[in-house]
Amino acid sequence: MKEILQALVEIVGTEFVSDQPEERYLYSMDPGTMPAREPDFVVMPDSTEQVRQVLLLANQHKIPVVPLGAGLVLSGLSRALKGGIILDMKRMNRIIEVNEMSRYALVEAGASQGMLQAYLKKHHPRLKHSAPDAPPAATIAGNVCIHGSGHISHAHGFHSDMLNGLEVVLPTGEVTRLGSCATSDYWFSRAPLPDLAGLFLGWAGTTGVITKLAIKLYPNYRFNDVGVFVCEDARLMPDILYRMSETQMAEDLTAWMTPKPDWARGFLHSNINYGANTKEELIWKRNLIRASVSEYIDRKIAGFIPMPAAMKQPFLEVPARQLSRFADVRKGGGFEYVGVIMPVDLFAEAYELGLEIASRLSVSYSLGARIIGINHCMMFFYAYAFNRADPADVQRAQRALEATNRAAVDMGGIPWKAEAPAQKEIIRKMDPNMFALMNRIRAVLDPAGIMNPGNWEID
Amino acid sequence: MQYEEILHRCFRCGYCKLPENYVDFNCPPYLSFRFETYSPGGRMWLIRALLDNKLAPTGRLQEILFSCVACANCVTHCTFPKFKDQLLLAFTAAKEQLVNGGKVPPAVRDCLTRIYQHGNPYGHARKKRDAWTDGLKVEPYSDQEYLFFVGDVGSYDTRGQEIARSVAGLLQKLGVSFGILGADEISDGNEAGAMGEAELFKYLAEENIKTFESRGVEKIITLSPHGYNAFKNDYPGFGGNYSVLHYSQVLAPLVKKAAFAPDQPPLRVTYHDSCYLGRHNMEYGAPRTVLTALPGVELVEMQRCFQNALCCGGGGGNVFTDIIGSGRQTSAGVRVGEAAASGAGVLAVACPQCAVMFADAVKVQNLEGRLAVKEISEIVNERLIKQEVN
Repeated sequence: MKEILQALVEIVGTEFVSDQPEERYLYSMDPGTMPAREPDFVVMPDSTEQVRQVLLLANQHKIPVVPLGAGLVLSGLSRALKGGIILDMKRMNRIIEVNEMSRYALVEAGASQGMLQAYLKKHHPRLKHSAPDAPPAATIAGNVCIHGSGHISHAHGFHSDMLNGLEVVLPTGEVTRLGSCATSDYWFSRAPLPDLAGLFLGWAGTTGVITKLAIKLYPNYRFNDVGVFVCEDARLMPDILYRMSETQMAEDLTAWMTPKPDWARGFLHSNINYGANTKEELIWKRNLIRASVSEYIDRKIAGFIPMPAAMKQPFLEVPARQLSRFADVRKGGGFEYVGVIMPVDLFAEAYELGLEIASRLSVSYSLGARIIGINHCMMFFYAYAFNRADPADVQRAQRALEATNRAAVDMGGIPWKAEAPAQKEIIRKMDPNMFALMNRIRAVLDPAGIMNPGNWEID
Repeated sequence: MQYEEILHRCFRCGYCKLPENYVDFNCPPYLSFRFETYSPGGRMWLIRALLDNKLAPTGRLQEILFSCVACANCVTHCTFPKFKDQLLLAFTAAKEQLVNGGKVPPAVRDCLTRIYQHGNPYGHARKKRDAWTDGLKVEPYSDQEYLFFVGDVGSYDTRGQEIARSVAGLLQKLGVSFGILGADEISDGNEAGAMGEAELFKYLAEENIKTFESRGVEKIITLSPHGYNAFKNDYPGFGGNYSVLHYSQVLAPLVKKAAFAPDQPPLRVTYHDSCYLGRHNMEYGAPRTVLTALPGVELVEMQRCFQNALCCGGGGGNVFTDIIGSGRQTSAGVRVGEAAASGAGVLAVACPQCAVMFADAVKVQNLEGRLAVKEISEIVNERLIKQEVN
C-alpha cells in the first residue's frame, strides 16, 4: 500500500492524495442510506494526464477506481464497494469554452452546475444550461452520465440527450474523444458519427472516467413564470400533462404531491414553467397553457392556484433551495429517493404505490414527477426522509426504498441511478442478452475489472 | 459538546461552500485543501464521528478543524434555517473540546500560550504595545470621548502598526477625542475564542473589562473588526456593556465634511468586506461611504462582495497559526486575483488582518505594481488637504 501511495503522490502531488482515516471515513458514504464502504485512497487529479496515469497504475495493480463528482447522487454509486481509489474530480472544474453561436459549453468533468450557471450569467447572459434539482455544487458530468434531468428537460429531454461529446480515459489508460470533437475542433454534436458516448452514460462509472464534456445551451428568457395546476384525482394526471405538453410552451413540467404543508395534502400539483423574451409573448404562452386544460377548469374539477409573485419565487429559483430542506423533515439530515423512469400512463398507479408504501412502512415521504420531453416519459420520484442519528429510522427508509424499487420495476418502470441492490432488481427483469452484451463490452473496455466494481453486477 | 444535536442534521448539500451566485468555492479551507473533509458539511460529519469515537483526534483532524477561519460564509448560505445560525458555534465548540483535551496543532498551542503569557499572540512585551504610536502624539486614555482599542495586529505587526498610525492620525485630523491604553491593553480575545479557548477568552474579556471600568470607558473605537465583534457581541455576556464602533463607522459621517486637495488623480478602488465587519455584524455601508466620499475615487465591486465576500483566510487565528497557508490555492491569493480582475488599482480594506494577509498574497501572485493593498484611512489621508482639522 505504501508503494501505491507513493506512486499516487508522484502523479498528483502530496496535497491531493490521502489515505488518512478522516478522508477514508468521509468518502465512504454519501448522504443517502447505503452503508459505508471505505476507500483505501482519495485522489484529486488536476488534468486528463493525471487521470490517465492513475488509471494505468490502478490497472497494473488491479486497484478499483471510483470516479466521484460532488457525491450528491444519494444512492451510493460513488462508494468504493471493493475499496481502492476514490477519484474526486472536483479540481478539474474549468469552463474551457462557450460557443455562443452554436450554443454549447465545453467543461471539465469537475465543473459544477452552479459555476456554469454563474459563468453564463456573467459572460453569456442570453444562454442557459439545464440545471438539475440537485444543489449547485453537483457536477455537470456526474448528472449527465447518470441520465439526469433538469429545469428545461420537458422541452429538451434528459441531460444525456443534451450531450455533444466526451473526452474519456478508458480503464486501460487510452484517452478517447467521442462525438464531433473526435474529428473536429468543435464540440457541436454526437451525430453523425457512431454514437459511442452511450458507453459511458448510465453505466455508474464502470466503463471509464469522463474528463471533459460538451453540453448544449439554450436561450435564456428575459421573463419567466410558473403556473400551479391542482387536481384531486391521480387518474386525470396523464391527460392533464398530455394536454399541457401538447402546447409545447413549457420548459419544465413537474408534479408534486406531499402531505406537508397541510394545505397541500391530498392534492396533485402540476408546476408548469415557461419563459419568453417579451411580456406579450409570456401572456400569450400563459393563455395557450390555460386553454389546454380549460375543460377541467370549466368542469370545476381542477384549476390553477392564484399566486402572488412572492409565492411563485421558490418555484422559479434554479436550483430550488427548498428541495434540500426535505432532509430536515425528520430533524435528521437525510433523505433518499427512488426516481423511476416510466411512461406517463402509469402516473396514477405510481402515485398509489407511493402512498401505500409510505403508509405501510410509516415513512415521511414526498412524491413527484418530472415530465421528460413532451410526455415522452417521466421521472417519478419517491423521496423518503430519515434521521441519520436513528438507525431504526434509516432502516425504515431503506425498506421503503427497496420496496419501491422492486414494485417500480414490476410496474414497468426503471429506477434511475439505482443503488447496487436496485441494479440487481433491474437486471432481474432485463433482457438477458442485453446484460450479456454489457458484460462483453466491459470485458473489452476494462479487462482488469477496476472500474467501480460491485455495480451492474449479479452475485 | 455544545450544539452536537445539530451535527447529524447536516445533509451536506454544499450550499455552505458557495457564495449566493455560485461562482466559485467561498469556503477558504475547502478552497485551499479541496478534500470534502475541509468543507463545512464534511466538518459537521467528522465532528459527529469524533464524538461517536469513530475517529480519533489525530493531527489531521485537528488541522481540519482549526483551518476553519470562522468567516461565516457557511452560516450565511446554509439552506437549513432551523440550525444554520449554530454552524460556527458548533465548529468552535468542537475546537474547544480539542483544546480542553490538549489535542491541538502545535501552531495553535503556541499561539494560545503566547496570548496567555504575554497578552498577545506574538509573544511580544506588553510595554511595546504602543510602539505603533511612534511619530504620533497619542494621549493615554483618561477623559476623552473614546477609547481607541488598537488590538494585537495593530500593536505589533509592522503593517498593522502602519494602519494604526494612519487611522489614529486621521481621527486626530478629524477632531475625534480619543486616548489609548498603551501597555494596559491586552488582546481582545476574539481569536482565542474562535480557536475554542473559551476560558482564555473569558479571562481576557474580564481583564479588559476591569481595565475599562477602572478607566471609566464608555465608548470604544476599534481598529480591528475582530475586536469590534468581541466587544459588541461577546463582552456584554461578561458584564462589559459599551458603545462600540469600528473606526470606519466613525469616519463615515466625518469624511463627508473634510476638505480634500483639489485635482485629485482618478483612482479605481475595490473594497474587500472583512468577515467580522460584514457577515458577522452586517456593516457593509460605512467603509463604502468613506471611499465614495473621496474626490476622484471610483468604487467598483468584485464579483464576490457584501455577504458573498471571499474571506482573506486570516480569521479563526489563522493569521497567526497559518494552518490554512499550507494549502496550494489560498483564499487570499484568489481574492487579490479577483480584485485585480475587477479593474481596480487599489484593494481597500478596513481590517489590519486582511491587510496583512493580502500584502503577502499580492507578492505571491505577482501582482505588485498592478494592485496596491491599502487600508481606507490611508486612501483618505492621501487626499486630505494637509493639516485639515474638522
